[in-house]
This record gives sequence, C-alpha cells and structure tokens, in this order.
Amino acid sequence: MDLATFAVQCLNALQYGLLLFLIASGLTLIFGVMGVINLAHGSFYMIGAYMAYALAPALGGATGLGFIATMAVGVVLAVALGYALEWAFFSFLYEREHLQQVLMTYGLILVFEELRSLAFGNDVHGVAVPDAFAGSISLGGLMSYPVYRLFISGVCVALALGLYVVLSRTRLGMAIRAGSTNREMVASLGIDVKQLFRVMFAAGVALATLAGMLAAPVSSVYPGMGSQVLIICFVVVVIGGLGSVRGALAAALLVGAVDTFGKVFFPQAAGVLVYVLMAVVLLWRPEGLFKAT
Amino acid sequence: MAAIAAAVLALALFPLFGGKFGVDFVTKTMVLAILALSLELLVGQVGLVCFGQAAFFGIGAYAVVLLTPKTAAVSAAWLLPAAVGAAALYALVVGALSIRRRGVYFIMVTLAFSQMAYYVAHDTPLGGGTDGIYLDFAPSAGAIDLGRAIPIYYFTLAALAAVFAFLAVAMRSRFGRALAGIRVNEQRMRAAGFSTYPYKLAAFVLSGAIAGLAGSLFAVKDGFVNPELMGWHISGTVLMMVILGGIGELHGAVLGAFAFSLLQEFFKSHAIFGEFSKHWALGVGLAIILVVALLPRGLAGRRG
Repeated sequence: MDLATFAVQCLNALQYGLLLFLIASGLTLIFGVMGVINLAHGSFYMIGAYMAYALAPALGGATGLGFIATMAVGVVLAVALGYALEWAFFSFLYEREHLQQVLMTYGLILVFEELRSLAFGNDVHGVAVPDAFAGSISLGGLMSYPVYRLFISGVCVALALGLYVVLSRTRLGMAIRAGSTNREMVASLGIDVKQLFRVMFAAGVALATLAGMLAAPVSSVYPGMGSQVLIICFVVVVIGGLGSVRGALAAALLVGAVDTFGKVFFPQAAGVLVYVLMAVVLLWRPEGLFKAT
Repeated sequence: MAAIAAAVLALALFPLFGGKFGVDFVTKTMVLAILALSLELLVGQVGLVCFGQAAFFGIGAYAVVLLTPKTAAVSAAWLLPAAVGAAALYALVVGALSIRRRGVYFIMVTLAFSQMAYYVAHDTPLGGGTDGIYLDFAPSAGAIDLGRAIPIYYFTLAALAAVFAFLAVAMRSRFGRALAGIRVNEQRMRAAGFSTYPYKLAAFVLSGAIAGLAGSLFAVKDGFVNPELMGWHISGTVLMMVILGGIGELHGAVLGAFAFSLLQEFFKSHAIFGEFSKHWALGVGLAIILVVALLPRGLAGRRG
C-alpha cells in the first residue's frame, strides 16, 4: 500500500470513527446520567438520514446553503422529537429495571422501522452531495479525496469540541457530570433533574439525528441502517467504558480504524473484526478503556 | 401440575384436528417455547438479562445443516447432540467473557457477541452467506423421518416436555437453589462461601445448549437456515415472550411463547388488517410498549 492510499484510508477511518462518536456519545451520556439503556438510539440515526432525504428537495439541499438549512431544520425537529419521546416514554423508565427499558425501546424500534416503511417504502435511496462540497482534493498522483468527507470530519470535530466545552466548562455540564455520579444529591441541591434529563435526552437525539443527516450523502439511505449502527455503537460504548464520553471518543476512533483497515487487509473477516477487538478489550480491561467519570 | 398435564394432553391431541397450517404453527411455537425456556433460566432464575440468545439458536440450526452430509440422512441420535454441543461451546466462550459483568454491560456484550455470530454467517461463504442453505436430508429417529410434519411435531413436543421437566427438577436441586441465591443477592452468596462464577457460567452454558436444541429442531422443521435466525430480532422476540409470560416461572415462558406467537399471527392476519397486515411489526411494537407499561409482571410472573 503506497502512502497516498494509506492517507486516504486514514482519513476514511477518522471520518467513520468521528461519526460513530456523535452517535455513541449520546448513547453513553443517556446511560451514564439517566441510567436508561436506549436501543432506539440507532433509530434516531436512521430518522436523521431519512430527514435529509425528505427535506433536501424542499429546502434545496443540493446547494451548500440549502444543505445547512436542511441540517438546521432537522436538528430543530430532532430536539422536538427528543422532548416528546422523553415525555411520552422514557420518563416512565427511570425507575424500571433494565429489562423493561430494553423491551420498551425495542418496541420503539419496531414502531419507527414500520413508520419508516409506511412513509418511504423499503427501497434504497441516494442523497445528493451538496454542490458546495462536491469536489475532491488531490493527494498527489492519481489519488484524491472527496471534500464532503472532510466536511463531515470537520463538523464532527467541531461538535466534539463543543460537547467538551459544554460538559467541562458550563453549569449545565457540571450538573450533568454530577447527575451521572449521584442523581439524588443533585436533586437535593435544587437542580431540576427532570428538566436536566429532558435536555440531555433531546441533545442525544439531536446528535444521532445530525450524524444520520451528515452520513446520508455518503452511505445512502436504506432500511435497517439504524440497527446496524446501534450495534456498532454498543461495541464502542462497551470498549470505551459505559458513561464515559472520553472513552467513547477513543473507542469510536479505534473501531473506525479497525473497521476501515480491516476491510482493506482482511475483506473476508471485516464484519467480525470489531467484535474481536471488543472481546480483547473485555479480557484486558473488563470495565472498558476509561472508567465513567 | 394438573394444568400442565392438561396442556400436554391438549398439545398431544392437537394434530388430530389442527390441520396442516395449525400443526406447522404449533410446532414452530413449541420450538420458540424451548428457546424461551432457555432464556427464562438466565433472566428469571439467575437474573442475567441476555440479549444474544439468537446466536445459540442460530448455531444449533446451522450445525444441523452443516453436519448433514450431502448424500444421505443421518441419525438424530448424534446430529442433535452435536448441534447442542456446538451452541454450548459458543456459550462457554461468550459466557466466560461476559459473565463477570452485570446489568447493562451484560446486555450489550451478549448482544454484540450474537451479532458477531450473525456477521460470520452473513459475510462468509461458510454458511451460504445471506441466502442461507437448505438441509438436504432431515435426520431420522430410528425408522422415522423427522422431516415430515407429524413426526417433528411430536418430537418437538417431547423435547419441550423434557426440557421443562429437566429445568423444573434442576431448579429444585442444590444448583437451582444456588442460582436463586445469586439472583437475590450475589454478595451474600459469596459471603456464604459460594464461588458464584462457576454457577453462573454453568447456567449460561446450559441455557446456550437448550437454545441450540431449539435451533436444531427449527432447522429440521423448516429444512432451511439463513443468517436471520441469529439476528437480534429473534433475541428481542424471545425476551418479549419471557416477559409477556412472566419472569420467574417456567410455565410463564411457555405461556409467553404461545401468547406472543398468537399476537404476531393476529397482526399478520390478512383477514383482519387487509393490506395493512404487511406492517404487522407496527402492531407488535405497540403491543410490546403497552405490555411494558401496563403488565410489568407479565401473565404469570413471580410476585414481589
């Protein structure tokens, strides 16, 4: 493998890993703070991708500005969806056992998938790359790299930095970190935990939806895409350590690299490699790479 | 006890008037009931929520197909135990890696390992890839060909009764009491001098073996396997059966399997829902949400 190919694969691994982080961070935060295991989290990624598909024609998503508008509208819708779901379903689950959380969120997956099938059918759809990011950058010789993938990575890095600043530098972040350590104590200090949870959940939904919208032009839009990404995010969260955002970032990049280079070097076994990685990490560090903060 | 005897009698007489479709449906449901029993052992008796039961089910099914030669039928007397052994072996590996973790970690790890098995079947040519493979010859039990509807019906019924009786006895034994102790308070069991890890691992392997038995029966019944048998929808469905029936009671798992299969059949019914019946999963999903909200103890669950 020459240097240019290697560089392309590295960028691909980075882009995939960062995208996984967007989804997994919400999953791990919702668990760490709210104590809820949310199987329906992958559905939000799927909903995001279908939103990009459905909103793009109306908002001119093929142009750069239209694409930004599509994402903005999508995030607003996602936050509203997150609030509504938290109010209608998840607020009942905090005191329930994990078993019941698993089942109710599994039921939600079935409902989301069928609603998707009712609204859009079961075909695979493509979403156009917005023309402002349609070009590619030459990497010397015959190799080039699409600008849109760099754009995805850039947005993900910006969001990850934003998440870091919010969690470590703001009062809201302080409340979230405290809430993941001791919920009752935070409540007794006068912080409205219910409100905190609702904000957290909506933010998690928005991140996963945004990831879906960003990924739609490269991955296309298809049935079952949510479940696929959910399981990979479970692997990320297990490797990173449940409840740890830093761990989720490290694990997502690791999984992105293993998956991308696995497809290059061992195409036969690519699907299995990330699970082997998880097994190795579990043997070496049963708590995951980072303990929850 | 009388209720169980009546249920077995009813199932034994069912083929006399059930018709072709009915016999096939009840056979499939009894297979799922065996699978539900295997999960009930973990969820209800040990308190381990396993979300990867489909892997053991699928491995049992694939083993039957892959171990049957292309030329002739083989005896069920070694084919089914071999399939059960293959599933138990995978359960040993997964269990050894995951059993130290509890709660959500255990749920996620078992799910991830079952998806690993799914991708092996899905992506490698070993099991025919996404298309699946056909079973060329159903195994025979003595002179009886298990590939036909009535023999496999009674064979499955016998297997269900045997698994039920075995688990009922096992749960009354010292082993079962120890599992119940672990479920209620693992710390206390350790303090009382039990090394809990081998007990949990043994229960996990036993559960995987029973799930493998269910899978092998399913492969014989259908004569066909594909990766979807290991998909997580099976794991979710069987977990739903256990909860719907009620956690903590063996007969709850069987009841749940029948209730859920009937519910699914109801939503799939073209006569009732017309064209909408192809979106049956919507009804099932809503029913699951309602059951969690309104019936957290299921139909026959343990109180308190």
